Amino acid sequence: MTAPATRRIAWVPTVALLVGALYCLLPVAWVVVAATKSGRELFSTFTFLPGTGFTDNVADLSAYRDGVYWRWMLNSLFYAGFGALLSTAVSALSGYALAVYRFRGRETLFNVLLAGVLMPPVILAVPQYLLMAKADMADSYLSVLLPLILSPYGVYLARIYAAAAVPPDVVEAGRMDGGGEWRIFRSVALPMMVPGLVTVFLFQFVAVWNNFLLPYIMLGDDQKFPVTLGLYTLLQQGSNTPALYTLVITGALLAVLPLIALFLVIQRFWSLDLLSGAVKS
Amino acid sequence: MQFTTRGRLMATCLTLALGATALAACGSGDGDDAESGSDGPVSLTYWAWAPGMDKVADIWNTTEGKKTGVTVTVKKQASGDDLVTKIITAAKAKKAPDLVQAEYQALPTLVSNDVLADISSEVGDAKGQFAPGVWQQTTLGTDAVYAVPQDSGPMMFYYREDLFKEYGLTVPTTWDEFADAARALKKKDPSKALTTFSSNDAGLFAGLAQQAGARWWTTQGETWKVGIADAATAKVADFWGGLVKEGAIDNQPMYTPSWNKALNTGKQLAWVSAVWAPGTLTTAAPDTKGKWAMAPLPQWNAGEHRTGSWGGSSTGVTNDSGHKKAAARFAAWLNTDSRALAALVKEGGIYPAATAAQTGGALSAAPGFFPNQPDFYAQAAEIAKTTAPSAWGPNVNVAYTAFRDSFASAAKNKSDFGAALGVIQRDTVADLKKQGFEVTG
Repeated sequence: MTAPATRRIAWVPTVALLVGALYCLLPVAWVVVAATKSGRELFSTFTFLPGTGFTDNVADLSAYRDGVYWRWMLNSLFYAGFGALLSTAVSALSGYALAVYRFRGRETLFNVLLAGVLMPPVILAVPQYLLMAKADMADSYLSVLLPLILSPYGVYLARIYAAAAVPPDVVEAGRMDGGGEWRIFRSVALPMMVPGLVTVFLFQFVAVWNNFLLPYIMLGDDQKFPVTLGLYTLLQQGSNTPALYTLVITGALLAVLPLIALFLVIQRFWSLDLLSGAVKS
Repeated sequence: MQFTTRGRLMATCLTLALGATALAACGSGDGDDAESGSDGPVSLTYWAWAPGMDKVADIWNTTEGKKTGVTVTVKKQASGDDLVTKIITAAKAKKAPDLVQAEYQALPTLVSNDVLADISSEVGDAKGQFAPGVWQQTTLGTDAVYAVPQDSGPMMFYYREDLFKEYGLTVPTTWDEFADAARALKKKDPSKALTTFSSNDAGLFAGLAQQAGARWWTTQGETWKVGIADAATAKVADFWGGLVKEGAIDNQPMYTPSWNKALNTGKQLAWVSAVWAPGTLTTAAPDTKGKWAMAPLPQWNAGEHRTGSWGGSSTGVTNDSGHKKAAARFAAWLNTDSRALAALVKEGGIYPAATAAQTGGALSAAPGFFPNQPDFYAQAAEIAKTTAPSAWGPNVNVAYTAFRDSFASAAKNKSDFGAALGVIQRDTVADLKKQGFEVTG
């Protein structure tokens, strides 16, 4: 293909991307529209015709079992926020250590970690439950939080990022100036790693927020459920009770909002990426 | 960072809350069964999914429980096969709750995994309050009693009274008449269907087979016999497979938005379901209030009166409970006491298994969706008496999964239902063998 003088729209990639966007956004649009429908309208009116029941749905959801939904939301925020924060801290430390220090067994450790990335967390849930039960910690907030703290993927990302963003020269310079290792990490390396760590935080937050199986196995007390699990109990009420579709759909929509807000807030940190960098290469 | 502060605040709040619950949990230590009339403060946990169960437990906590010092806390769960797995996992770790709500077909699985305790000495007296076919499901044919029946789901035939009149259809009393009605309707209006054969809930098919006299799991001594492909079940499979193949009925699964729509708009005129159908119809087909009617299930032979059951659950006490006697007393109270049953009907919308509670009281008026059939529950109670015995085994979940897989493709491709049945039989037997049971057939 010869390059034309005037810029032409590349139709094939544009259409492919548009179709992709549509594919991703259509279900979201469905949730938004369906959340506005009352139980009467949900299955009887045209799919994308907005209904009249949004405020009623939210009110019903808030009234359901004395507002247990909001408790689930708070639980989710706690698991995801606190879990992602701790996990990011652990990832930052271990990723930095793996990237900067040379020690025996480093590559082995890293390879084990890579194997951990390939291991779906789902298959670990039951063994983790049995361990937690042994430690008498099953059915507690910690039982959900602790397994989330070590994320192989987070460590992996942090190592890759630290290797790229923290030049050995800078660490060396810090040592020359007499800084301790902790001080170098805290004051020199950590600020350089922030954009990468924000990504780790975000990944972890979303992963924990959407996590289902681990809390499902760990928790028996519905007061400690995250929102995913709580909504599931609204769907599965036994064969003689119909699923509370309108509440579940409204609940799902409201549960997505914190994620959207988080993305919007955190976007700022990504643009820092271009500005940070202490040495010219 | 605003974010962190909020996170930290939340963490502090929740840590405090966590501490409080941990303290509360200490109260439920696993002391020995030192039981007589009153047994000091005992705290029991109960995993259940029925709506409003916590309110029913509160009645216990303020009356009977207060007298004997037994407090029950309900932890609401999501129902289904996954819950059975969760309970078994918890029991492996010796952390199962004191009481669990369990569907009848899950009882053999729970018993063979050593989850449920034999509570015959505490609840044996309640036997007379339930239909024999219902009670038998909690004993597994032994002298033990592993649970107290809570609700039952006798199957019935639901149809659109107005549309049946419009199309000149009569309510079928036999399955032959049912097939004729399906064909007659198709002839009059090809866009309509009498009903659908759904592959997504094995419970319906199991109930239909039960009505036909199938006994899927039976024991001879220590040996299990699997009869999923027996003559009775094959008859049911061929009947529905034939209707699907000739296009007399639809082959779309139930409980989907399009199924809801088909019921709501009258595209489907009937539904083979159970006593709890009014609740489902209320949400699935809100525009059809007062247009439905309920009749006994069509029969295989004219003049017979048999029905199957679809759904229904019981209350069991686990081996992990440190207070089995107190838990068993609660289970018996929950499912036989008139106040408890009235609350279960009102708050949980269940159809009680206890025969005395099936008429009168909260069930004296027809369901709100059936104002045209005032004697709904009187009829239902009559039908409930005709429930055929069921025979569940230790791997119903495997058979149900196999059903969903093999019948989904059979219904979609309108292929041989008998062959699909063979697949379930084969998978179920193979799984039993793998689990170490002795199996014939």
